[in-house]
Amino acid sequence: MSGKPKLYYFDGRGKMESIRWLLAAAGVEFEEEFLETREQYEKLLQGGSLLFQQVPMVEIDGMKMVQTRAILNYIAAKYNLYGKDLKERALIDMYVGGTDDLMGFILMFPFLSAEDKEKQRAFIVQKATSRYFPVYEKVLKDHGQDFLVGNNFSWADVHLLEAILMVEEKKSDVLSGFPQLQAFKARISNIPTIKKFLEPGSQRKPVPDDKYVETVRRVLRMYYDLKAN
Amino acid sequence: MSGKPRLTYLNGRGRMESIRWLLAAAGVEFEEIYLETKEQYDKLIKDGFLLYQQVPLVEIDGMKMVQTRAIMSYIAGKYNLYGKDLKERALIDMYVEGISDLMQMILMFPFSPPDAKEKNLDSIKERATNRYFPVFEKVLKQHGQDFLVGNKFSWADVQLMEAILAVEEKVPAVLSGFPQLQVFKTKMSNMPTIKKFLQPGSPRKPPPDAHYVETVLKVFKK
Repeated sequence: MSGKPKLYYFDGRGKMESIRWLLAAAGVEFEEEFLETREQYEKLLQGGSLLFQQVPMVEIDGMKMVQTRAILNYIAAKYNLYGKDLKERALIDMYVGGTDDLMGFILMFPFLSAEDKEKQRAFIVQKATSRYFPVYEKVLKDHGQDFLVGNNFSWADVHLLEAILMVEEKKSDVLSGFPQLQAFKARISNIPTIKKFLEPGSQRKPVPDDKYVETVRRVLRMYYDLKAN
Repeated sequence: MSGKPRLTYLNGRGRMESIRWLLAAAGVEFEEIYLETKEQYDKLIKDGFLLYQQVPLVEIDGMKMVQTRAIMSYIAGKYNLYGKDLKERALIDMYVEGISDLMQMILMFPFSPPDAKEKNLDSIKERATNRYFPVFEKVLKQHGQDFLVGNKFSWADVQLMEAILAVEEKVPAVLSGFPQLQVFKTKMSNMPTIKKFLQPGSPRKPPPDAHYVETVLKVFKK
């Protein structure tokens, strides 16, 4: 046993990607086991490893953790990325809730029909630019600090950078009306652990493709008929 | 200003009900403002109350909190319903998130089209009996304690109690295969703050009806 956290998921982003980001940002090395066949998944199920029969699952500190949010909360707290008190934690939770909702619109994107993809792309950009990005732009402008909460690097910063990059993959100039976020993006990308994660060869996963969609559908026997928002 | 938390939502369960349960379980009195018109909602947005233009909104300790999970985590942390350390918090989070997935199905149910209602009801029953309730039945059986985590009343117990009652409203005999959960339900019902919340006249809201659905669609119309 290596002592490193071990991630069980598909070889792709999905719900595990935010966990990879956070571990990487915290400078924590981790191992991954990729689900490629139905048999692997059934073996995990039968072995009782998946509390609610679902992945992501992360083996960490003797626990088989499931539920993305629970896993992220644990990592954030363990590695001091969750603020210094209850009120800072409340702000981080609110900000992460927003970026989580935004990334949720992108999560289903690869599973949509070509026609629905175009609809969803417009929806994602509209929500990003009218609902979510203005909030973080204002937060940064109002306090003039480098980080979203408490003048300290936190989970909220990692999650926002992840969201920005994902939306940019859908529309490359989406930050054009947001100077604070442009500066934020540059700053956070230069933090050593994040810079390393953004380099080729890291455990960051690429934009999901048809092979990823086919694997998820085949292994889970789900997500055949998703519609745009 | 009363110092009590103030909740802004529709006069119905929705995403606010879990917050009402948690505050009530913690013995915290709160005030409520009910959204009845689109104009009220638009004004809240215009006045900058809603960080992401959404409710629930809970004004608490000088903060205008939004995002259901953020609000509940804060309440649980403040009122010592979040375990004694990181590992207990991890268990509580896992349990609460799992139950929340089940509650999401119930949340969406009133808004499903008539021809999908039967299928959705079957899904709720199937998930409750095959995926979620067995987990908590096993947890309680294995440690033999009254509460889910750390031998102490926590957010996880409140959330499970809410879910059991919500599913029972749709599937009355759903606990028939779960003796531990039956005992758990009785114990929770007898805890003073929960007992009070379950009595008529409490802030607990009734199951969503056609009027509630109509109000939701009207207030949040684009």
